[in-house]
Amino acid sequence: MKSRWRAWFWQALLLVGVLAMLAWLLGNTLENMRSRGIQSGWDFLGQPVGFEIGETLIAYSPEDPFWRAFWVGLLNTLRVAVLGIVATTALGLLVALARLSEHPIAQGFARVYVEVFRNIPLLLQLLMLYVLLVEWMPDVDAPWQWGETLFWSKAGLVWGVEPEAVFTLSPEFLALWGGLTLYTSAYVAEVFRAGLQAVPQGQWHGAMSLGLTRGQALRSVILPQAMRVAVPPLTSQYLNLTKNSSLAVAIGYPDLVSVANTTMNQTGRAVECVAILMLVYLSLSLITAWAMNRYNQRVMAHVH
Amino acid sequence: MIAHRLTQLTLTIAACLGVAAPAWAGKTLEQIRQRDQIVCGVSTGVAGFSAADSQGKWTGMDVDVCRALAAAVLGSPDKVRYVPLAAPQRFTALQSGEVDLLSRNTTVTLSRDTTLGLSMTAVLLYDGQGFMVPAKLNLKSARQLKDATVCVQSGTTTEKNLSDYSRTHKLNLKPVVFEKIDAANAAYFAGRCKAYSTDASGLASIRSREAKNPKEHIILPELISKEPLGPMVRKGDDEWLAIVRWTVYGLIEAEEQGVRSDNLQKLLAESTDPVVMRLLGKGDDLGKALGLDKEWLLRALGSVGNYGEMFERHLGEKTPVGLKRGANNLWTQGGLLYALPLR
Repeated sequence: MKSRWRAWFWQALLLVGVLAMLAWLLGNTLENMRSRGIQSGWDFLGQPVGFEIGETLIAYSPEDPFWRAFWVGLLNTLRVAVLGIVATTALGLLVALARLSEHPIAQGFARVYVEVFRNIPLLLQLLMLYVLLVEWMPDVDAPWQWGETLFWSKAGLVWGVEPEAVFTLSPEFLALWGGLTLYTSAYVAEVFRAGLQAVPQGQWHGAMSLGLTRGQALRSVILPQAMRVAVPPLTSQYLNLTKNSSLAVAIGYPDLVSVANTTMNQTGRAVECVAILMLVYLSLSLITAWAMNRYNQRVMAHVH
Repeated sequence: MIAHRLTQLTLTIAACLGVAAPAWAGKTLEQIRQRDQIVCGVSTGVAGFSAADSQGKWTGMDVDVCRALAAAVLGSPDKVRYVPLAAPQRFTALQSGEVDLLSRNTTVTLSRDTTLGLSMTAVLLYDGQGFMVPAKLNLKSARQLKDATVCVQSGTTTEKNLSDYSRTHKLNLKPVVFEKIDAANAAYFAGRCKAYSTDASGLASIRSREAKNPKEHIILPELISKEPLGPMVRKGDDEWLAIVRWTVYGLIEAEEQGVRSDNLQKLLAESTDPVVMRLLGKGDDLGKALGLDKEWLLRALGSVGNYGEMFERHLGEKTPVGLKRGANNLWTQGGLLYALPLR
């Protein structure tokens, strides 16, 4: 009993200490900014933005307030993160299977893929991919065309005719999506490989002796067991992908960081903008981790 | 990129916590003398303004301001350390005391002068935002850019001007915003955007340095904004602000009075013109008022020449950038350059 109280006491003391430290940091920051004539505050969120954003999923105009610009940026971040996670999972699994297959060519290809993409810095890959993509795309006045409405040019993949283009995937989005997918898949492939290899060979033999084909055995027997091992590291790869999407600003995709960067420059509210960025990425990460943990619990429940 | 963002964040935090407080305790000049070096924030590479060559030697109009200051304050134009800063990082770097001044083709605006804790010193170049387009498009005016995609660099006044212009003339311009100027250049020259927009001087500089064939790109005649570019310093150190301001004015005044780097010694020996003598430190002691010695401006002029020489060397029609003097001529020649009197 006594020791429990003591533990509580120390924890409470630590908490008070941490809070006091934060309060001191905040107070000191504001005081220093004031003394240096740097304005601060959140009032800017309600003021009109004044700059255009190249790609938006919702209606947006420069007369809208700043909070809406942040919302536009966040949606762009989510778009690339969600689609990136989906594509990464598919490609990663494919590469892992190739790596474990008995075909020497598929195996070699998968090995080279993982080593190359894992070992080149992501920023470099993104810039390279973006410039190559744009160089290779046909000019806007001479697009490749499928049917009446689907166009492929330096404006990206456009479905519909301007100004009523229904759907556009810009080169910036395509390069970011592709780059994040290629890079993260190399890690995800290794995660899946570890998961698949952790399933004892006997499970394969057992499943096949029941008359299942290799594919059926993989789907219904091996993968569910492999996921037990794969999900926790897979979660951190998803988190990495989401956070790495902030490199968008390097190749002109208007994600949250890009909007925050411009806002910082227009309003001078650097601390506030960085705080928003930190809060948003923290929330995204916690939500992803929570969802993956739920999934993990389900996977574990199935197996036992 | 992440490294940059981290630096930026660290700088902001450092600035705010007061870690670097002594750096601007009002005595920038003392700091500079102690380390025997001026730390000058420049661009990451804009030909004619500030760009490093293959040996790492910095040259350009903005660089010359730093060199003139180093000559005036420390006696040698080479006592400068250059810190290349991307547009979004530059103000934080100055606020936090990482650099003594920002000499980095930076536009002075009301909000920058008031809300950032920074002060403008003097206008070095009167510029305006323009558009560059491929010549083969045969465009004559920016008004023809309906629905165009425009490549720009973030962290500048460019984005807002572009939106204003687009709304005023109902052009529906779509910006593609890059953090680094290199990426913006690459995207434009790969054909991603119909137009490239930044300060007209910057466009000329980018065209001269980055285009495979500069003749394939034209700069449209419209200037859609006023962009007075000049060095900035931290607020709260009026002594240092005065030194930067009056050094720039001194370079301009020297041109007006016909003082050049090649006739400096001759004038020093022979001139009886009281204005010239004052500039060269033979009359009243202007240096003392600034906290410097009598020959501060003489040394500055000896190392970089007067304003006109600087302009012709880095931006003028004989350079690859190829700018006309235009608004950047002396007020006596129909331009806007009017140095406040040095007396």
